[in-house]
Amino acid sequence: MPDVKVTAVTPDTAIDVVGLVKRYSNSPVNAVDGISFSVRRGECFGLLGPNGAGKSTTIGVLTTRIRPTGGSAFVDGVNVVADPVRARSRIGVVPQRNNLDRSLTIRQNLLFHARYHGVPAGQRNARANALLAQFALTDRADDKPDRLSGGQAQRVMIARALMHSPPVLFLDEPSTGLDPAARLFVWDRIRELAESGVTILLTTHDMDEAETLADRVGIIDHGKLLALDTPQALTHSLVGSATLDVVVHFDGAFPSSAQASARPSPTAEISPRPDGDVLAELGQLDGVVRVERIAPDGPGLRARLYLTGDPARLVAPVAELVATCGGKLSDVRLGTPTLEDVFIHLTGRALR
Amino acid sequence: MSLVRSPARSGAGHAFFAILGRDIVATGRELPIFLAQVGLQPLFLLFIFGKILTTLGYATGDYAKLLFPGIVALTAALTGLQSTALPLVVEFSWTKEIEDRLLAPLPTWLVGVEKMVFAALRALVASLVMFPVGIGVLGSIPWRLGGLGLLVAVLILGALIGAAIGLTLGTLVPPNRIQIMFALILTPLLFTGCNQYPWPSLSHLRWFQVITAMNPITYVSEGMRAALTPFIPHIAPWICLVGLLVSLAVFASLGLWGFLRRAID
Repeated sequence: MPDVKVTAVTPDTAIDVVGLVKRYSNSPVNAVDGISFSVRRGECFGLLGPNGAGKSTTIGVLTTRIRPTGGSAFVDGVNVVADPVRARSRIGVVPQRNNLDRSLTIRQNLLFHARYHGVPAGQRNARANALLAQFALTDRADDKPDRLSGGQAQRVMIARALMHSPPVLFLDEPSTGLDPAARLFVWDRIRELAESGVTILLTTHDMDEAETLADRVGIIDHGKLLALDTPQALTHSLVGSATLDVVVHFDGAFPSSAQASARPSPTAEISPRPDGDVLAELGQLDGVVRVERIAPDGPGLRARLYLTGDPARLVAPVAELVATCGGKLSDVRLGTPTLEDVFIHLTGRALR
Repeated sequence: MSLVRSPARSGAGHAFFAILGRDIVATGRELPIFLAQVGLQPLFLLFIFGKILTTLGYATGDYAKLLFPGIVALTAALTGLQSTALPLVVEFSWTKEIEDRLLAPLPTWLVGVEKMVFAALRALVASLVMFPVGIGVLGSIPWRLGGLGLLVAVLILGALIGAAIGLTLGTLVPPNRIQIMFALILTPLLFTGCNQYPWPSLSHLRWFQVITAMNPITYVSEGMRAALTPFIPHIAPWICLVGLLVSLAVFASLGLWGFLRRAID
């Protein structure tokens, strides 16, 4: 590994991991089992997987705290194994657990972090003040960390990690254990950072978090990277898991609430077709994998269409077809697959 | 948030002193607690053995002269030990607060060296405090300007050895055993370090003399006697210094090895 040179990395790559393996001395299996991926500069990259999947171990290697068993890892062009000292100056790390310095105040936590990283004295105070304000911590600046809530501690840790302006930021499960409001606040700050050009690698077992924040998501389980793409591409890759639920009414069968707004139908002269025929024709539409009739819990024909692509694009063709059959769409519900569905598809089990 | 990197002063040395500064600020905030923590035990040892026993006639006045250098030696070594062992267990296992320093741009073993250096500084302060305490409790203390160089060398080495033993224990003993460790190791260290008796006088108790020769604190005590009370029989200063340097090399290597093992998985 020491022979791997910096030239292995292109200038617009912020993180480059090749064939990473980690086996802990007391374990019979690899915690990380041959993972490869790279993260572009300015990208927000999410590692999504259940607890114990190998996410934190991967971050541990990239942040120089865990020595890999095999493979190579570069951060900002620096080999983290061969030159951990230089790598540390390029990264900010926000751990999963509160590790704030309890002997120091919040402000001192930021200032000493900056001193460790050699930020000049003249810049330290201004930067601490700016970050305290950005993370809504100004009025807590002189408190000790043990008086903070979980959300506040998380904000302090992010602010601290940014004190030396690292080009790459690692966030290990940034919103685990936070209440919804604190979570949204942290998400907003992470988005701001991503927009400002900081490269972000975050781990999460929360699909919403991955979907909301990450430009690309790597799905990881049992130490292996199972899939890697944008959240949209990952979910679109699931053939037949996007759905379109439709309710079709034929003339004279509209529920009373819909009747008020019902205009004379241009297809009134077309006689309604049997339900079975309509379902069969829906099944013939381009992009429809199969059609299922849903047990009616109200009037009308209810069906679920399983699609290959974006359900929104099928609304117009479906409405047109229903009209030619003498009916009218009275309700439409789009169901897009989530990353959770992708995870279930890949591993055969739920994320949590 | 600006992306422009601040022109950081790089260098492991800078990070080392920044971390040392952190420890000094953290201890400075609780100076009275620190002094009570490290000063109370030697104060009572001096008071009971040096003052009460001699006043009651169970020991002669000379015993206080013999005891004082040993108590200063004990303070240096044990304060060093206590300033690394327990804090390391707490920082690695519970608060995790050492992590931010382990991510500072300096080699990880230097963070361990800083722990030792800072613990030795605490130990030196504590042992220096023993001089006015000794005057207060005993009325007068043995003092010899000619021994100053040896005294400084022995105290610095003794403080560093205490810190290195603490580093070893704090990183190699499993966190849930640390209480047992203190009982099983601290007490024997406390009584086999020739603090309360001079080593040459043990020649009648050969087996015990051999045991005490294996405790590094013995060489601190004997070195202190050579510096302050040369009229009391003591181990030759050069043997003390060699013994101290060897002990320091052994325990510092062990301690730093343990530190690296805890710091990097």
